[in-house]
Amino acid sequence: MRFQLIGVNHKSAPLEVRERLAIPESRLPDTCRDLTAYPGIEEGMVISTCNRVEIVAHTTNGHADLRGFLHDHFHLTAAELDAHVYEFREKDVVRHLFRVASSLDSMVVGEAQILGQVKEAYATARAVGAVRGQLDQLFSLAFAVAKRVRSETAVVSSSVSIASVAVELAKKIFGTLEGKTVFLVGAGKMSELAARHLMAHGCASIFVANRTYDRAIGLAQKFNGQAIRFEDLHNTCDRADIVITSTGAPHAIFRREHGEQFLTRRKNRPMFFIDIAVPRDVSPEMGKLDGIFTYDIDDLQQAVSSHVADRRKEAELAEAIVTSEVERFEARLQTLDVVPTIVSLQDHLETIRQAEIDRVRGRMGPLTPEQEMAVEALTRGIINKVMHTPIATLKTAAKESEATTVVEVVRRLFNLHDKEAAPPDKKNEVETRH
Amino acid sequence: MSLLWLRFALACYFIGLVYAFVAITRTSDLFSRIALHAASLGMVFHFVSLTELFLSGHVVWASVHNGESLLAFLSMSFFMLIYAVYQTTSPGVVVFPVVFFLTFVAAVDEQPVLLTQFVSHKGWLAAHIFLIFIGYAALLVSFGASLLYLVQERQLKAKKSASLISFLPALEVIDQIGYRSLLLGFPFMTLGLLTGSVVAISTYGHLDFLDPKILLSLLMWVVYMVMVFTRWNSGWRGRRAAFLATFAFVAALAAWAANYFSAIHRFAAS
Repeated sequence: MRFQLIGVNHKSAPLEVRERLAIPESRLPDTCRDLTAYPGIEEGMVISTCNRVEIVAHTTNGHADLRGFLHDHFHLTAAELDAHVYEFREKDVVRHLFRVASSLDSMVVGEAQILGQVKEAYATARAVGAVRGQLDQLFSLAFAVAKRVRSETAVVSSSVSIASVAVELAKKIFGTLEGKTVFLVGAGKMSELAARHLMAHGCASIFVANRTYDRAIGLAQKFNGQAIRFEDLHNTCDRADIVITSTGAPHAIFRREHGEQFLTRRKNRPMFFIDIAVPRDVSPEMGKLDGIFTYDIDDLQQAVSSHVADRRKEAELAEAIVTSEVERFEARLQTLDVVPTIVSLQDHLETIRQAEIDRVRGRMGPLTPEQEMAVEALTRGIINKVMHTPIATLKTAAKESEATTVVEVVRRLFNLHDKEAAPPDKKNEVETRH
Repeated sequence: MSLLWLRFALACYFIGLVYAFVAITRTSDLFSRIALHAASLGMVFHFVSLTELFLSGHVVWASVHNGESLLAFLSMSFFMLIYAVYQTTSPGVVVFPVVFFLTFVAAVDEQPVLLTQFVSHKGWLAAHIFLIFIGYAALLVSFGASLLYLVQERQLKAKKSASLISFLPALEVIDQIGYRSLLLGFPFMTLGLLTGSVVAISTYGHLDFLDPKILLSLLMWVVYMVMVFTRWNSGWRGRRAAFLATFAFVAALAAWAANYFSAIHRFAAS
């Protein structure tokens, strides 16, 4: 098990750092390719969401320089990055990935999005051939674990959505949402959901702006609102009380000077900005203005998580599932190591059996089909009985540290070394068979 | 006897005072209900005390004792009015301590009286005191609201999870309470000052603008007007509004304190 993982998430790094590491979707395939081309890395995958950027790799010797890769790739110095980074190896990588996929490591434990995001990252890496063998198995299992957590615990079902928290915050500012105006800047599932919630709570009208005007028109129709050209965004924005923004812009599109204009035109009536974008669309400077309230994704999720009291119990249950799955995976991986020996042992005995039957058949003369079957059953039965204990011992030993010794003894006893010179692709075949 | 009722009221207001301190740190629905009932009961006692005083025939509203009692009662009425409209006890955080303090002072026996023996228009004087006191009560609530606005704004800006369960009403609601109190109080304050001027002119023949009482009252009125204007014209709220409200409140306190050293409008031992 030569897995390694390096990354930053909402716990280890502030949004400012995560912004710099975020990899846009379009560049993910290239990053995966770069990763697999890096020395010591056999397979690699990149997960980049608004709360985390993680590099997972299956390495040749378990000591690949993932930190070096991060520094090179993002042009960051060790001083800028190292304090915010966490690293895992081997079993800990497995546990971490299981937790991430099951949404136990999320800022909002149980939020449903992360699994989809990891699946997308996996599909991307797989498409460029960066994920093939071991990582492939690891992630397939991670998805299975996530499914199990979802079906056996209530962690995911009790998830409180960001959207409803946005509504609650808006009410904390405006009291009632009756007659308030919403501005939807950029598109995205989460921002649309938030807009829908706000409308359901009484907001009267909605503006929609998008880089692509046609898309804005489409969205506006969906909400029965008004499409605004992106160039007119800053001239129109002050008419809205609540602005939901989630563009892919690399820099803030709402800056302090915009905020000041809005407030003057609004006679200082407060404005609420819900900034779902990473990197952020609203500059932190603007959020400091009196009367402008900005909640970015971190703030919202924090507000969400503070809501949840009874989710902890479910999370504990989910953690137990993860732990048992990690152990199972580990056991399976180790058992895989003794599988070649078991297979060659079986092959060896089968060869002997066949040879003996052939030898005796000449003396016995022709047999009826029934007799043929009886001989077959008899010989097979003997071999299986004899083999049972050694195979069981091998499998048990596999889980303990002396696995190699036991394997060695069995090989010597049955003189399997000569036969072990099997071609490597045959070995692979054995592994995948299990 | 009137003093006894007032002391009962004081005991009730004490619960409100405790509420004011507790509410700052945590939210408790039960406690705010208790405080509300205590305050209502206190008002009943207070009302009895004032009525008895009035019926006794020798009421002197211009005494510190009676004046402060009246101001406390009016402030409490204002609080109840807001509660009726907005269903929130949070302005109590500011109103209760002030009411308690006023009632406490009023319930102590010493009663210096304003030099009103020369005043010829007793009716005008009573009108002056009532109007000005309603103005004061409105100013107090408006001042309280602007402080609460600041607190709520801070909480929302700090993005602490507590902001979701805070005892305060929505920011806009606090803002409305403050602004409406301001608008409601302004005419009373203005009329109060006008009637006061009438009384002063009829008593002394002219207005001495250099007298600290008149100067400070005027200052208070100007700040009050600036508050209403900036709010109406450019929607000033938050920090700037709180600054102005504090200024107006301090000016009001100073105008009150001027009763101790003004030549024309002062307390004297009865």
